[in-house]
Amino acid sequence: MGTRTAVVGVGQTNHTSKRKDVNGQELINEAVKRALEDASLSLKDIDAIVIGNMDHFEAINVVDGWSVDGSGAFMKPIMKVTTGGSTGGTLGSCGYYHVASGLFDVVMAIGWEKNSESDTQAAISTCSDPILERDFFGGAIGPNAAEYAMYMKQFGATQEDAALVAVREHNNAVKNPYAHLRKLITVEDVMKSPMLCWPIKLLDSCPRSDGACAVIYASERKAPKIAARPAWVHATAVSHDYVYFGDYDWEKMPTCQATVDRVYQRAGITNPLRDVDVMELYLPFSTCGVVWMDFMRFCDLGEAPKLIRKGVFNMNGELPINPSGGVMSTNPIGATGLIRIGEAALQIMGKAGERQVSDVRTAMATAFGSCYWFEATVLRSTKP
Amino acid sequence: MKDTRAAEHNELLDITSGEAEHVYYWHCGHYMSRFLLGLRDKKTILGVKCSSCGRVYVPPREVCGRCYKTMDRWVDLGTEGSIYAFTVVKLPYIDPSTGKPIKVPRTDIYVKLDGADTCLMHWLDESDEKKITVGARVRAVFKESRRGTIHDIECFTQI
Repeated sequence: MGTRTAVVGVGQTNHTSKRKDVNGQELINEAVKRALEDASLSLKDIDAIVIGNMDHFEAINVVDGWSVDGSGAFMKPIMKVTTGGSTGGTLGSCGYYHVASGLFDVVMAIGWEKNSESDTQAAISTCSDPILERDFFGGAIGPNAAEYAMYMKQFGATQEDAALVAVREHNNAVKNPYAHLRKLITVEDVMKSPMLCWPIKLLDSCPRSDGACAVIYASERKAPKIAARPAWVHATAVSHDYVYFGDYDWEKMPTCQATVDRVYQRAGITNPLRDVDVMELYLPFSTCGVVWMDFMRFCDLGEAPKLIRKGVFNMNGELPINPSGGVMSTNPIGATGLIRIGEAALQIMGKAGERQVSDVRTAMATAFGSCYWFEATVLRSTKP
Repeated sequence: MKDTRAAEHNELLDITSGEAEHVYYWHCGHYMSRFLLGLRDKKTILGVKCSSCGRVYVPPREVCGRCYKTMDRWVDLGTEGSIYAFTVVKLPYIDPSTGKPIKVPRTDIYVKLDGADTCLMHWLDESDEKKITVGARVRAVFKESRRGTIHDIECFTQI
């Protein structure tokens, strides 16, 4: 499995809708400084950097070079990775691969986005095929809205079931000082909010945020010297499948199932509800917080609404999901998946402040993007 | 050290990208061209079948990603199928091709054509979600004047 690797530092900006006071490089620099501070490291300790964002969003093409002043990559190895919404998850995997390879001891992954610099729906629509699908895509919301229309018909789930997820995410975010949206809401608020793409309403949807996140990975040689309680990487997995949205098998969500099956198997997780203490899941819409629970193997197909109504995934439930408030409260897209890994690591490290779940030994993070690409990482307080 | 972020000035500027158009030319290749010519010249919707796994793909493409085999068995899928999934778009987001807000409400559907294993994305001529059902039968409505694009199909309509 390569060199044992742990997350030893996490930094993120205070995410918000528009950061006119900084340009992209300066925004990146805020997260980098906070990660270095969190790990008590200086830039000279960083051996290599991976960086990513949605390159259409700011129309900056060579982000790896353009960002050097902000990222600290001056005269260091840096590479850009971008896989759509799952970019942040891929960044985490690449930070891990760099260290696990044995070639680098300390590697920083940086995700960032300035959503406010362009129209997010227009920019994201360019991920769909321009000849056949782009005009029918419905922005980022369309495919997931259609997915829930189908799930409601198949299993009798309701818009209120999704609203319960929205309420959980938004209300958890109140305790996260870095979250973009921090306001207590009710199911009624969700149901009355404006319809974006039926059946997804404004409060069922993630915001578009400006923000950045940096996560520092270190080898087993360095990690125990840097962090009192490192968050050890036990498994990562990724699955991509098709280019056409029309190809996707929404009744099975194969990328999610294959990805979680791989990390569960590698990390020895046989019952995720019981064996994992907290999850930071990439749920861009409340509806995904219903449908995908089936494919995460928490229950049989169609049973997710029952678990949600019982509050299984609430802060005081059997498996708290998204204590940070998740994607629905904060979404600087290129950073979003990395924030999931950072938040999961903070839970292991016992540094999650008011959003801390008690006694976390195993945490899991996911990312999702583009044509149903899926990423997952399992972290533990013990070495693999 | 002096904090330059402190307010010595009270204006934060934006620079816009300008009005220039930057046009792309997407090459369709043999498979997509044949599909689009089928729409334009014969009002047919063509798929392609993988001889290894038997899946029928629409839109057609050269390689079956699952089997990594070149496909050459063309299938006329007719013009009818059923709604696999749909959404009624109410948010007038910016169309990246025109730079202008899309017309809403607009119903995007995923149509499983009879005999196909994948879906074709298109529009439905009904925007009241209460009158649309997952699984409903639909038929393609072709334009009188066709140019060899996916919009040679005007929309789908419930039968």
